[in-house]
Amino acid sequence: MVDRFRGRGRDAAARAATDDPPAPAPARDPKAETWARVQLARNLRRPRILDLLPELAEEFVEIHGDRLFGDDEAVVTGFARIGDRRVVVVGQQKGADTEENIRRNFGMPHPEGYRKAMRVMELAERFGLPVVTFVDVPGAHPGPESEERGIAEAIARSIGLMSRLRTPIVVVITGEGGSGGALAIAVGDVVIALENAVYSVISPEGCASILWRTADEAPTAAVAMKMTAPDQQALGIIDIVIPEPGEGAHTDHAETARRIRAVVVDQLDALAAVPLDELVEARYRRFRTIGAFREVEAPPPVIPERPGLADRLRNLLDPGRWSGISTIPAGRRDELPARDEV
Amino acid sequence: MPIKLPSFRPRRDAYPPDLWTKCPSCGEMLFNKQLDKVLRVCPSCGHHFRLSAEARIEMLLDAGSFAERDAGLESEDPLGFVDQKAYPDRIAAAQLATGMRDAAVWGTGTIDGRPVVVCVMDFGFMGGSMGAVVGEKVTRAAEHALVARVPLFVVAASGGARMQEGTLSLMQLAKTVGALERLRAAGVPFLSLLSDPTTGGVFASFAVLGDVNIAEPNALIGFAGARVSAGTIAQELPPGFQRSEFLFQHGFLDRVVHRSELRSEVSSLLRFLVARPAPLVEDRTDGDPLGLPSFRALSFLSNLAERVLPTESEIAGATNGHSSSPATPTTPTTASTTATPTTPSTPATPTTPSAPATAPVRASQPAPMSAPSPTPEATTTPEPVPGATSSEEASRG
Repeated sequence: MVDRFRGRGRDAAARAATDDPPAPAPARDPKAETWARVQLARNLRRPRILDLLPELAEEFVEIHGDRLFGDDEAVVTGFARIGDRRVVVVGQQKGADTEENIRRNFGMPHPEGYRKAMRVMELAERFGLPVVTFVDVPGAHPGPESEERGIAEAIARSIGLMSRLRTPIVVVITGEGGSGGALAIAVGDVVIALENAVYSVISPEGCASILWRTADEAPTAAVAMKMTAPDQQALGIIDIVIPEPGEGAHTDHAETARRIRAVVVDQLDALAAVPLDELVEARYRRFRTIGAFREVEAPPPVIPERPGLADRLRNLLDPGRWSGISTIPAGRRDELPARDEV
Repeated sequence: MPIKLPSFRPRRDAYPPDLWTKCPSCGEMLFNKQLDKVLRVCPSCGHHFRLSAEARIEMLLDAGSFAERDAGLESEDPLGFVDQKAYPDRIAAAQLATGMRDAAVWGTGTIDGRPVVVCVMDFGFMGGSMGAVVGEKVTRAAEHALVARVPLFVVAASGGARMQEGTLSLMQLAKTVGALERLRAAGVPFLSLLSDPTTGGVFASFAVLGDVNIAEPNALIGFAGARVSAGTIAQELPPGFQRSEFLFQHGFLDRVVHRSELRSEVSSLLRFLVARPAPLVEDRTDGDPLGLPSFRALSFLSNLAERVLPTESEIAGATNGHSSSPATPTTPTTASTTATPTTPSTPATPTTPSAPATAPVRASQPAPMSAPSPTPEATTTPEPVPGATSSEEASRG
């Protein structure tokens, strides 16, 4: 955020918007490297929010419930004290073992999880506390209960709330940043990620099964989506990447927490100095300017005219008929093309 | 007399698809021209076929009223994405097949004479997926609706975010929703029509956030694809899962409307959903919690005051004193002329302490409306009266 005020973040976004994509990381089998990162991000022993907080904050009081339906244990919320700063914490929590994972639904929140997050973020706004969120989610829970209770609505509202919340928001992606389920708590003034975190619009398996027609191509899809933290930083989606200790964050939870703490404290102090109007406006601008497109002047592409009877007869006799591009306008085709899903 | 050349037909049940369409629901063969006449709804089973953006606009808006904006926006390939085909090639193929540049068009138009800002998506273009262009168009439509204070009407038809643009397309969720939040804060209505299908990131962003959500019957609307749901949780999905009626039952849709009644429904809704006029007063009073446009309005006001105040005092100084102030100045904005005399005279008036406090606020409300009207009449028009009378009282006392 502060970088954005100084202009660095904007440069990154502009680069992503205008130039060629940044050069891929030099050789050394990018596929294996990327896939190793995805595996690290999903490592079972990777520190979760509750593992990090003891080292990251002096004090933490968890609060529960969305006041509408229930309490979702896949989302942890509460008040924390970092040094002399009071903050509100929101994070997704996977389990360390099977039993806990069942309780926490493998870190996949239901709508009530996001509604709980919204509730505490509103508290934060009301009491003037900054928000720190910890993102680690394979995706929002995709099941009938989730749909019945409006997972899409909860995500959209949460994104909306964060985009206008009048208090600083620091986002830390610690593990998997899985699509809308991650973005719902990741609309922040500054987005930080651990070195081996990933952020993507769809899981690599999902992407591969749609575009390559087999989930086995997941590593290829992971490379194509540029989902690693350094790649995302180059695209301007992530502002700061925190190096992990040793072989990865799972080897030293305490050191990981200390490194996160240093950066978060830095950012909180910097953001505290920014007037709220400016803060909210800059946050809006940040997301408003993401995306690469160009404006062209040429007339729109022309569909070939619908052929007359004579043409159609000629076509019928032409063996090449079925190989070419269909002359039927898209609105007329009702078969389902490959679905792009979040 | 069909020519019997079976070897040229790919399948036994193939038919010339530009003449006939087979209803996927009841299997009826439908003549396309006939189908077009009934808005592409199967006459025998009521199946709603998907509509192209062009057909949708033609069906919903007054004939010839649509004026497209930003028609030249085109996707780039920020990731250099290649799956079995390169992303630019996919775009080019989709453009050739649909005649569109990307999966959405936006512009202005009217419905039964009422102006709307519309944005319509087309599932035929790469599954209606939302990349930077779709996100930008929805956002620009929302921003235009905000400035013009005209209701926004978005027709969603999409499989979700566009994978080929990676997280950049995911961020379009935040971009569009952010713009809609501003619309909401400003009191400009947003009507969302969810057509078949509306799933994934499009459903989980702008489509679900309508002040009123409408859907067509039996449209597929959901967050995760049914295959994902079934695969991830290995459990039987209930019948009618993720269909319009399912969502209606669970309270996420206001109305499920047959296509033949859609236009009149939208039209009658637009009679109720009218943009709140003049944001200035609201922003002053409750701008703090709602936030976004408040400081702009205030800065606009103070700018206005700065522009007007010195000339006003000069004039007041030249023509002796306060009594002439409503008549003499020829500045175009009545609000400032009626409001400013109160401030110098307030110290001298202990009788009406509330008047000076309310006068600038009240007077500032009609400013944008009465701005075109010439100043002398402004005091007689109904709206500036409270401001004017209070200022007169203040100046008299």
